[in-house]
Amino acid sequence: MDANTPLYSFLLQLGDNALILGHRLGEWCGHAPEMELDIALTNIALDLTGQARALYQRATELNAQGKTEDDLAYLRDVPEFRNVLLVEQPNGDFAHSIARQFYFDAFNYFFHEELTRSSDAWLSGFAVKSLKEITYHLRFSSEWVLRLGDGTATSHEKMQTALDDLWYWTGEMTTPSDLERQMAADAIGPSLQQIKSRVNDRVNDVVSMATLQLPTGTWMQSGGKVGRHTEHLGFILAEMQFLQRAYPGNEW
Amino acid sequence: MKKSWPLWEVFIRSKSGLDHKHAGSIHAADAEMAIENARDIYTRRNEGVSIWVVESKHITASDPDDADALFEPAKDKIYRHPTFYNLPDEVKHM
Repeated sequence: MDANTPLYSFLLQLGDNALILGHRLGEWCGHAPEMELDIALTNIALDLTGQARALYQRATELNAQGKTEDDLAYLRDVPEFRNVLLVEQPNGDFAHSIARQFYFDAFNYFFHEELTRSSDAWLSGFAVKSLKEITYHLRFSSEWVLRLGDGTATSHEKMQTALDDLWYWTGEMTTPSDLERQMAADAIGPSLQQIKSRVNDRVNDVVSMATLQLPTGTWMQSGGKVGRHTEHLGFILAEMQFLQRAYPGNEW
Repeated sequence: MKKSWPLWEVFIRSKSGLDHKHAGSIHAADAEMAIENARDIYTRRNEGVSIWVVESKHITASDPDDADALFEPAKDKIYRHPTFYNLPDEVKHM
């Protein structure tokens, strides 16, 4: 554990979610099923990377210790990342990437909607700006859940499989860690218990409209918020951090 | 064999008060997806405030081979341009 302030750790956690999911979406670049989707997915990736940069920059302003946003992105190892496990899960097929995105967007939307009321002026400003991007992300992923779910027999089956496969990574998002409880108590961060029902309602609405079914399993995986990650994060960092590790201090 | 999505023509209004202008075309499975794809491809550098899409098959175009009959006759009819009026000095912005 580092001796940093709770707000600093909170900023890093939000930034890590955005950075890692943005990296995953970036992996679709040049591989998406259609050229239009290639651009759509990388647009979302760039939105998320931009959000991560803003959050890391703010964190270094609060607690510089001579560190830059690049140090935070490229020179921390797996246990120091605080992103939820969902966002580091592999892309899988297109339906899996859409399921991951949809589950995350639904949470992220209501999270940022509440974050606009943060007592921290910088965070509320950040949330107002990001919410516009996230609103579009949720629209995009919801529309795709609908089209695949209510599409052909094959697309329905693939979408259902993806929702099932990723289900047990979803509970972690709305289960508060000690840090998140403290942030909520200080009126800096949202109360996750409060937004949980809104997230669930939205997910249920879209999934049932798509003629799909949400899994009923209640056991949920967790650990990302305290730095216990799946094997996948190490491989992401190996690729993402290679350049800075091999050529320290290198710049564009 | 890969069956691809239908083609759509995209029209973008760059700012309020201006006309929608043809920006290009995209592929999409339906109209809503066409709006999203057009948004992602043609407005990502702040080019627009409004988007129209129309499936390309609904556009009827003039035949280039008919160009002589359609457009040539207008070329020598300069009297159709309002350039023969003497404007009073009081009229400034014409």
